[in-house]
Amino acid sequence: MTTLEKISVGDVLPDLAYDVTSTTVVLGALASRDWRPMHHDHHFAVERQGVQDIFLNSPNQGAWLERFVTDWTGPKGRLGRLRFKMRKPIFPGDTMVIEGVVRDVSVDASACGWVELDLTIRVGDVICTESEAKVAVPTSPDDNPWQRHGDTWNP
Amino acid sequence: MTDVAATDLPADVQTLIGELQYEEQGEFPVERGYFWTSAASVENANPIFWDDAVADEITDGPVAPLTLLSAWFRPHHWAPGRTVEKLPLQIHFDLKARFGLPEAIMTENVTTFHEPIRPGDLITSAQRLVSVSDEQTRRLGTGRFWVIDVEYRNQHGELCGVERWTGFGYRRDA
Repeated sequence: MTTLEKISVGDVLPDLAYDVTSTTVVLGALASRDWRPMHHDHHFAVERQGVQDIFLNSPNQGAWLERFVTDWTGPKGRLGRLRFKMRKPIFPGDTMVIEGVVRDVSVDASACGWVELDLTIRVGDVICTESEAKVAVPTSPDDNPWQRHGDTWNP
Repeated sequence: MTDVAATDLPADVQTLIGELQYEEQGEFPVERGYFWTSAASVENANPIFWDDAVADEITDGPVAPLTLLSAWFRPHHWAPGRTVEKLPLQIHFDLKARFGLPEAIMTENVTTFHEPIRPGDLITSAQRLVSVSDEQTRRLGTGRFWVIDVEYRNQHGELCGVERWTGFGYRRDA
């Protein structure tokens, strides 16, 4: 389990590489109830959208980033905020690589420990998605960010 | 860029800025099957989704993957008696129509997570137009950026999350 005192600015998270397939794209879209055709219909994506294939939808990219962050924090890590900007689509056949580095470590007024991360999803040398995450991590082995509510949870 | 209010905004659009619109309850109670399908779609082995004992210990029972937030207000693809497709993020489509911009993309999303969502929750969403930019020309074409917030609350009125979407509606330049 990761606790705040073990984390420093500049720490690099373990990369996550994944070979994207059509199943990855379709499963991700349907899991997030996104029925738009560019995430399951090759002809629509190519002929209407002018891209090479169906591509990962936004909520599923969020799910990949959530997984990446909590793989590192462990289950007590609680995401407070996630920002992402999609620069290029991610297609079947791409090997996407999610990378992250710690930008800031802090404790707020309610004693909640926070880590801010800069994240990217890259395919080859191209950054497809830029992201920032703010995740609460325990300040001690007995702390649990999931027990915070109301005034003690300020993401 | 996108948060700057337009100087040429029509009055009917200006009056919508800051107003809560399209408040509605999700079409079904939150169901746990989606938790597993979502976690499986990204091979997320976090035990709070898969192991009830861990979920009881850490999260006081099962919780939804946080990034599944928007799923709870996405309408069914079809429903009996529905003659017009129901769209998520209706303000986005309203603005496309209002400004005659046939194409649109979402360029940025910022989500803030509050109370976790649990099986059986009834989630209400509401949309708020935050800003609309002046018309501008980008690589894709000419159009406007807009920022829309979607707030999600559970059946107790507790805030579960806020999604802030930045969209760009545009027409392809000839």
